[in-house]
Parts: sequence; C-alpha cells; structure tokens
Amino acid sequence: MSRLTIDKGLCILCGKCVEACPFDALELKDQVVVNENCRLCGICVKVCPVSALVIERGLSKTVDFDSYKDILVFAEQRGGRLSSVVLELIGKGRELADKLHQKLAVVIPGTNTESLVEKIKQYPVDTIYVYDHPELAYYRAETYTAVLEDLVKEVKPGILLVGATQVGRSLAPRLATRLKTGLTADCTILDVKPNGDLIQTRPAFGGNVMAQIITPKHRPQMATVRPKVMAPSALNTTYPTTVVLQEVKPTMLSSGISFLSIEPKPQETAITEAEVIIAVGRGLKKADDLILIESLAKELGGMVAVTRPLVEAGWCSYTKQIGLSGRTVRPKLIIACGISGAIQFVAGMSSSDVIFAINKDPDAPIFGVAHYGLIGDFYEILPALVNELKSSANL
Amino acid sequence: MRIAVCIKQVPDTTEVAIDEEKGILKREGVDSRMNPYDLYGLETALRLKEKFGGEVIVISMGPPQAAAVIKEAYAMGADTGFLLSDRKFAGADTLATAYTLAKGIKKLGTLDLIITGMQTTDGDTAQVGPGIAEYLGWPHISYVTKIVDSSDSSLTVTTDMLDTIETQKIELPALITVAKDINRPRLLSYKLKCATQNKEVKILNYKDLAGEEEVFFGLDGSPTQVERIFPPQRNCQQELWQGEPQELANRLVAKLKELRFI
Ligand SMILES: Cc1cc2nc3c(=O)[nH]c(=O)nc-3n(C[C@H](O)[C@H](O)[C@H](O)COP(=O)(O)OP(=O)(O)OC[C@H]3O[C@@H](n4cnc5c(N)ncnc54)[C@H](O)[C@@H]3O)c2cc1C
Ligand SMILES: Nc1ncnc2c1ncn2[C@@H]1O[C@H](COP(=O)(O)O)[C@@H](O)[C@H]1O
Repeated sequence: MSRLTIDKGLCILCGKCVEACPFDALELKDQVVVNENCRLCGICVKVCPVSALVIERGLSKTVDFDSYKDILVFAEQRGGRLSSVVLELIGKGRELADKLHQKLAVVIPGTNTESLVEKIKQYPVDTIYVYDHPELAYYRAETYTAVLEDLVKEVKPGILLVGATQVGRSLAPRLATRLKTGLTADCTILDVKPNGDLIQTRPAFGGNVMAQIITPKHRPQMATVRPKVMAPSALNTTYPTTVVLQEVKPTMLSSGISFLSIEPKPQETAITEAEVIIAVGRGLKKADDLILIESLAKELGGMVAVTRPLVEAGWCSYTKQIGLSGRTVRPKLIIACGISGAIQFVAGMSSSDVIFAINKDPDAPIFGVAHYGLIGDFYEILPALVNELKSSANL
Repeated sequence: MRIAVCIKQVPDTTEVAIDEEKGILKREGVDSRMNPYDLYGLETALRLKEKFGGEVIVISMGPPQAAAVIKEAYAMGADTGFLLSDRKFAGADTLATAYTLAKGIKKLGTLDLIITGMQTTDGDTAQVGPGIAEYLGWPHISYVTKIVDSSDSSLTVTTDMLDTIETQKIELPALITVAKDINRPRLLSYKLKCATQNKEVKILNYKDLAGEEEVFFGLDGSPTQVERIFPPQRNCQQELWQGEPQELANRLVAKLKELRFI
C-alpha cells in the first residue's frame, strides 16, 4: 500500500510542506499530520528542506516486462478515410523508434483497406498489421478494443500511440483498462529515455499547468496525442515495409452496439485545415466588424477564427473557436488581432509556424507567444494592410 | 430505469496557476465546484427518469468535502448519492479511478445505464467513462450529442465526429459519456435544496469496496506517475514593433514577402 510518511526525527516543523500542498492535506500541529485529502502527488516531498517526507510506493510490474519493445501506432480511418493525425503519429513514432533502435509498426482495422495500406506504405513504417472485415468499417468500442488487444498480446509493443480524436479518446481508455496499463491523455510533447520509458507531456488544469508523466512499470506505455500538434511524417517511398494480414476472429466482432448511419455535417472547411488564419478576439467591437478580418483573410487566402468570448457572444460559430475548449490549429501563418493571449487560447495555436499579433496593450501576454508583435490598434492597421496587399498584388 | 451518474468535484481551473519559483501549484482562493460537464450527464439522467420512471443515483469518488457536489445533485433532483472516500483511494490515476468507481457501482444493485460527463476540467482526459464500462464489461459510446430514441432495453444515440454525425444503437445495460450539446442542464431548485438539506450522502470506504481478491485502488493501482509539473513555455525568438499604423502595415507586408507568404 502506498502512503506518505513523515520522519518525526528529521522534521523541523518549518511548515513548507503544509504551505505547498495543493490539496490542504497536511496540517501543522505539534507535528505534521497527513489527512484524508492527500492524493500522494509528491509536491510536499520536493519542497521539504530536510527530506523528512517520503512516499512509499507499492506497485507491481507488468509480467514479462522486458519482452515489450517497438512502437505501435493506431491508424484511425472512417469510411476509408485515414485520419490526418495518423501521419503525425508516424512522424513522431519513427523519431522515437530511431532513438531507441526499435521498429515502428502501424495497425489498421477497417474494410477494403488496400488503398489505405498503399498510402501508409509511402511513409517510413516497418510493418503494417491489417485487420480487414466489413464489421470493422466503423469504430465501435468493443470490436476495436478486441482487435487491438489481440495484436498487443501478439507483438508486445513497448509504446502504443493513438490520436486524441473522438475515436481515440474512446478506444484508448477502454484498451488501457483491458490491458491494465497506464494511459496519458492528449499529450503535446513525447520523448523517450534511453531505457525505453516514454516521457509524456500534456497540459492539465485547463492549460495552466504542464505535467510530465511516465508509466515506469507497465507495458505497453499508452498515450493519446493531440491532433495538429506534432509534425506529419515526411514521405519515404523507398522505405521497406512489410504488410501482415491478421485474422479477424468472430469473438472480436461481438458487440452491444449496432451502427445505423453516418451523415456528413454541413461542410465548411475546418479551421484545422487552413494554412493561413486571421484570428480575432474581444478587441472586436461588434459582429459587423468581422468584415474587416474577412477582407484580410481574403487577401491572404486564409480563414477567420476567433477566441471563445466571440463564440459565447454568438458572433461566430463554435467551429471557428481556437483553443483548449475549441480546435487546435497549426497553420503556416496566424495573425492574432485584439487577442490577449489567455493560456487556454494559446494552447490551441502556439505550435503555428509563424505567429503575428496585433494588440494595443504592450503588456498583453500574446506578445510572449508571437514571433512578431505589433503594438497598435488593429482597426487602424488592418485597413492600411489590406490596401498595401491589394496594391502589391496589382504590381 | 435505474441510472447512475458519475460526478466529480473539481477546482475552478481559471484560478489554478503555477508558482514559477517553487514549481508548485498555487492554491490560494481556488474554489471547488461540480465538473461542469457532469451537469449534462445528470440532466440526461433526470430526463430519462421523467420518461421511464425509476431512480437517478449519483456517485463520486473524492475527499469528504466532495459530498458538496452530491448535495448539489440532490438539489437538481437526484434520488440517491454515494461518495467513495478513503485515504487508500488517494493518488488514483484514471485507471484506478475507473476501477474504484466500477467497484462502487457494483454495490448499487441492478442498473440499466451509467452516464458520465465527456471529460473533467481538471484531469481533462475523458478516460474514466470508457474505463468503467470496460471494468463492467458493458458496451459504451463516448461523446453522445443526442438521444434519438430510448426504450427500456436500448438507446439510439448520435455522436458528433467533427465532420460527420453517426447514429448508433446500444443495448442496455450500457455506459454513455455525454457532450455539451446534448441538453441545457436545469438550475438548482431552491425548494429541493431546502428539502434535501439533511438528506444522507452514503459513504463507501475501502472496507466496503475491497473484497477478497487483490485490489487496485489509489496510487497502488495507478500505472502512470507524474514526474514534474511546470508552467507552459513561451516562444523565445521575438520582435516587438511600434509605430504609426501605416508604418506597421508596411513592415508587415515586407515581412510577409520575406517569408514568402505573398
Ligand atoms: C477551461 C477554460 C477553457 C477555455 N477555452 C478557451 C478556448 O478554447 N479558446 C479561447 O479563446 N478561450 C478559452 N477560454 C477563455 C480564455 O481564458 C480567455 O477568456 C479568452 O481567450 C480571452 O479572449 P480574448 O483574448 O479575445 O479577450 P480579452 O482577454 O478580453 O482580450 C482582448 C484583447 O484585445 C486587445 N484590444 C482591444 N481592442 C483592440 C484594438 N482595437 N486593437 C488591438 N487590440 C485591441 C486588448 O488589449 C486585449 O488584450 C477558456 C477558459 C477556460 C477557463
Ligand atoms: N473521481 C470521480 N468521481 C466520479 N466521477 C468521476 C471521477 N473522475 C471522473 N469521473 C467521471 O468521468 C468523467 C470523465 O472524467 P476524466 O476522465 O477525468 O476526464 C467525468 O465527467 C465524470 O463523470
């Protein structure tokens, strides 16, 4: 049983641990007492100047821990379309595999998978495992969990990466629970230690905090990865890839869910696909003024996106919201106008290639993120800018 | 229909920040409240009860003060509430949380449906719901945006997959996690609040949940470990420009040309 212990002999009653505890779990009486709020987060252990606090851990390892190696990526497809996050996972997976001198495999459950296999073969992947069956055309929690369980038990990957999409965030936790292993959600940075431990970094507490998480004693180490945060893999058409057709057993197909229908949503290009984005925030005085932003977007061939307050005001659709509770974007160019740069907004755009920001307030946090910050009023700068662009286009 | 809804007490995340010097969470003045996404789950359950009759049970794992969210659920119309609380449950990651909640849910008798929020605002993983379903061996559907049809043996639901809407039918007993679009949660009823003021919150502790077999509660049952926390990073190479609007516009155009955007 894990617990927090305090060595009374060492403790100097300085109270630093009591102050540091985020959960009010420590009380300073005639000695330091731990109460039931303790979550064993270990923050107190780090601040103690005399190392009087210790967390005793009792966690058993995965059996045959050492036989788990290589990296496996889940290739999500729906109706024959590969999810774009898969190429991002292959890019990162390749990098991690090379660091560890291991192999990179991709698993693809679906039906009529030939064209998807051909597509994945153009990237530097060592092995593609295919589970092809009409019943696997669309994701259902039970069937996909059974398929992945089958493969994990057979190939024993050290690391399993899944996109943090609607499907990934449903499948990965179910699978991790079946495998009794750790899963870190929505990672934005991944790296490996030489011993094969995956260092998983993700935002927590609404993006105010980054947490670095490891799964030291269980295998496979599972992570879901935020789409659009990592760079997609480069093409490598000469890379030798083996394709393995796996048997779909009837037991994998039993499910309490039946798939009835799929309808496309009214199509508008998603901001996540845009290469150029003009984003605007509460600096905008009224909904009509969006026209100013649109005219700049038009000149640069980009799309308009907004911060949350504009969506809440009903000035713009939710699909245009960037940020933690909106979309993550990674355009080549983003120009942020009248946006303060709240952490929840920045979480959704900070990995854009080039960031410009226009803000009246020289102390706005957005200037800490922007590569080029323009201190000024966008109501004055944008019209001049649009004019310049128009005239330079006519040259 | 007997429905269990999982609700969690979370800190108000707008207030949480990191003390950069000490590398620890600042906690002064941080209030707690019910995870806002769980309100949609509770509302979904209450509406199904209005249609089919039955019982809405709320269940939460947390420290003793988390009883506050169960009281809040009573004031919205929940019938019964359980709090899973024990020092041994502390330090749980999503695997151990799902395990503990599943153990607690097994103590509730026969259920038709479990509803969880789509995610929490503090953990923000969306993992606990599917984890519970797996422990119970029930089917689950995440991100339900609408219940199109319901009977006492199945639900027909839609899920929003960003570019498509999918419709699926799920046999009960089952677990669903609900998205924000599913409904508009009712407000607390002042009348109910007064009426349920002294209503019991049933506490289940380690002894109540642990059976004979090996258990996986709290930190012991948690494969993931937080190594460190730190504030989000900022870009390093930056330029700040000042000047007249026209001047700034010209510089911007020049830069866009240099970067080959135009
Ligand atoms: C859990 C959680 C999730 C959230 N998720 C998101 C999310 O996904 N996306 C999101 O955007 N927000 C999100 N928020 C809200 C976020 O915290 C901020 O409130 C929001 O991003 C602020 O938007 P803003 O920058 O447009 O507005 P403000 O913070 O009001 O900033 C407006 C800025 O415009 C500048 N300005 C005003 N007029 C002009 C002008 N004429 N010219 C130039 N500059 C001008 C001002 O100096 C100011 O800096 C979330 C919050 C929470 C708690
Ligand atoms: N400690 C808890 N007690 C009760 N329900 C919880 C708890 N943690 C998570 N949940 C439920 O699981 C959902 C998803 O949480 P999370 O996986 O933390 O994002 C929440 O919306 C809750 O319904």
